[in-house]
Amino acid sequence: MASDIKEQEPSLRSDPQVPLVAPGHSFESISKKVIGVVLSVTPKGWMIGFAISFMMLQVLLVSITYLLYEGIGIWGVNVPVGWGFDIINFVWWIGIGHAGTLISAILLLFHQTWRTSINRFAEAMTLFAVACAGLYPLAHMGRPWFAYWLLPYPNTMQLWPQFRSPLEWDVFAVSTYFTVSLLFWYIGLVPDFGNIRDRAKSPWIRFIYGIFALGWRGGSMHWHRFETAYLILAGVSTPLVLSVHTIVSFDFAVSNLPGWHATIFPPYFVAGAIYSGFAMVINLAVPIRHFYGMKDFITDKHLDNMAKIMLATGSMVFYGYMVEAFMAYYSANPFERDLMMKNRVFGPYGGFYWALVFCNGFVPQLLWIKRVRSWEAALFIISLIVNVGMWLERFVILMSLQRDFLPSSWGQYSPTFWDLSTYFGTFGLFLSLMFLFCRLLPMIAIFEMKHMLPESHVHKGDDSGHDPGHAHAPKQGGGHQ
Amino acid sequence: MEAQKPEIYGMLAEFTTPTEIVAAANKAREAGFSKMEAYSPFPVEDLYEAVGFKRTKLPILVFFGGLAGFFTAFSLQTFTMGGAPSFLNPFLPDWFYYPLNIGGRPLNSWPAFVPPEFELAVLFSAFTAVFGMLLLNGYPRLYHPLFNVPRFSGVTTDRFFLCIEARDPLFDIQGTRHFLEGLKPFEVSEVPQ
Repeated sequence: MASDIKEQEPSLRSDPQVPLVAPGHSFESISKKVIGVVLSVTPKGWMIGFAISFMMLQVLLVSITYLLYEGIGIWGVNVPVGWGFDIINFVWWIGIGHAGTLISAILLLFHQTWRTSINRFAEAMTLFAVACAGLYPLAHMGRPWFAYWLLPYPNTMQLWPQFRSPLEWDVFAVSTYFTVSLLFWYIGLVPDFGNIRDRAKSPWIRFIYGIFALGWRGGSMHWHRFETAYLILAGVSTPLVLSVHTIVSFDFAVSNLPGWHATIFPPYFVAGAIYSGFAMVINLAVPIRHFYGMKDFITDKHLDNMAKIMLATGSMVFYGYMVEAFMAYYSANPFERDLMMKNRVFGPYGGFYWALVFCNGFVPQLLWIKRVRSWEAALFIISLIVNVGMWLERFVILMSLQRDFLPSSWGQYSPTFWDLSTYFGTFGLFLSLMFLFCRLLPMIAIFEMKHMLPESHVHKGDDSGHDPGHAHAPKQGGGHQ
Repeated sequence: MEAQKPEIYGMLAEFTTPTEIVAAANKAREAGFSKMEAYSPFPVEDLYEAVGFKRTKLPILVFFGGLAGFFTAFSLQTFTMGGAPSFLNPFLPDWFYYPLNIGGRPLNSWPAFVPPEFELAVLFSAFTAVFGMLLLNGYPRLYHPLFNVPRFSGVTTDRFFLCIEARDPLFDIQGTRHFLEGLKPFEVSEVPQ
């Protein structure tokens, strides 16, 4: 055992061909392992976890019901802070979603094959996080039953939405983002649904998964079109994911408020989104690989890579904070300077600012240390701290509203019980959906994992023995059969 | 061997590695077969070319899909917000003309219209890519003659199949079976219609 680790250790750093699937797997064993989770008896731990999440979801339902009954007066929002927890949590959740698209699209375009085992549940995370995010603007409308007024459609009132508003851009961006993410996710699932259909014993399970598999047969031309479509989706999702958080940042940056009207907002929002998203992926990957025994597929190398991305994006975010502070000083604008010093850094919520600097600026710097990156528990805790930090970031940004140009219109915001319960409840929604996903769908992309195995490559006669990356291929395949 | 049925879909040969299926598809194509298809649990490089298919035209479709998305959002915003050249305005129906003066900015404030244009271009290209792929592949099609072969269920796990279809001009039951057996497959079976 020990000699194995010694053998692998240097290759982790130097060799890009290091196997991202633990040795000893065949096509059959990957299917068996991943589909086994779907087709086996529901584990007890799952029952308990889902029950807790489902109860948390009820908190959301109660909060939303009371909101619809009473109106948004039950929240802490008022003049001058008209946007409170709802937009903080909207931005927070949608930011978390961005890592899923980054993993599924951008890393695919960059040929980062290690993305394969984490992309499926990261995409699921995207969808569920965007669902949680979408809830907030709808709830904040006060009259959500008129939500369709946001959409441009010919109506008897002969009205059209205000297309010059970032809030209307949000409607386009978020709905496109959700739709494209859903398509991306579903299309990737189709061949795996086919695999479940073909492996399930019960006719009902075959029937249900068979419908979702659309009759997938895996013909060579089908695969060719599939791969083309998948690559195109990745190509269009890449600018899409950047545009979504850019547009979310426009909600702030297009306004004329000190502290918001800054060109640094779009890039550092995007970096922050990916940062918090990767933190959430780690928070999900660690328990999933642990409880479902997926360490063969989600290896230490994966955690290490994700930690590095977190370190990079975290440093960009921290750079963003420093630029914000510097620009406030350098602009020589008294409102900018006051906002930075008297409202943010030493203001009523100054403690939150320093907590944010601690969570997002200092804690992730621990990831420079290789031992930390390969230590599951530490990574999990750092990721939690990062998620808290990113929430604080949005909170601190929003609290700029407390003090604008006229001291007579200053005010203080504090969330109410219903703000907190709604936030708590969206975790119930998110976790319930995640639990259902882990139970009902293949949480790792089976056909893509098979493609990672050395024996999936076609050997073209003479050059089969030369490639060092594939040298151990026959041993692996042979050892299993 | 059971009695020959008058109507069969084709002859199916089963292989166990990607290298074998590519070699088999190449040999079948060189032997002159044209109506055939190879099936695999994951995309195998260049297999579609070995079978004799050409590159898909899907990217061209997607390009026009994206263009359609862009122009949809462009015309929607420009016309409704009163940004079109003024001589066009009398021809616009009332419900499509709603000039909004926001802080005295020009009615044709095209930079503000870029985000929805971009988003719709992405949305329409994604729709074209996904539904174009499904339609070109003929999905959804829940029933297919190949599913009559019990061993074909291995195609999504670890088995590779080459099916020479009965509509191929060179197809005859004995000869094709003999040809496929010459490729050293794991097994050859008939696909009932």
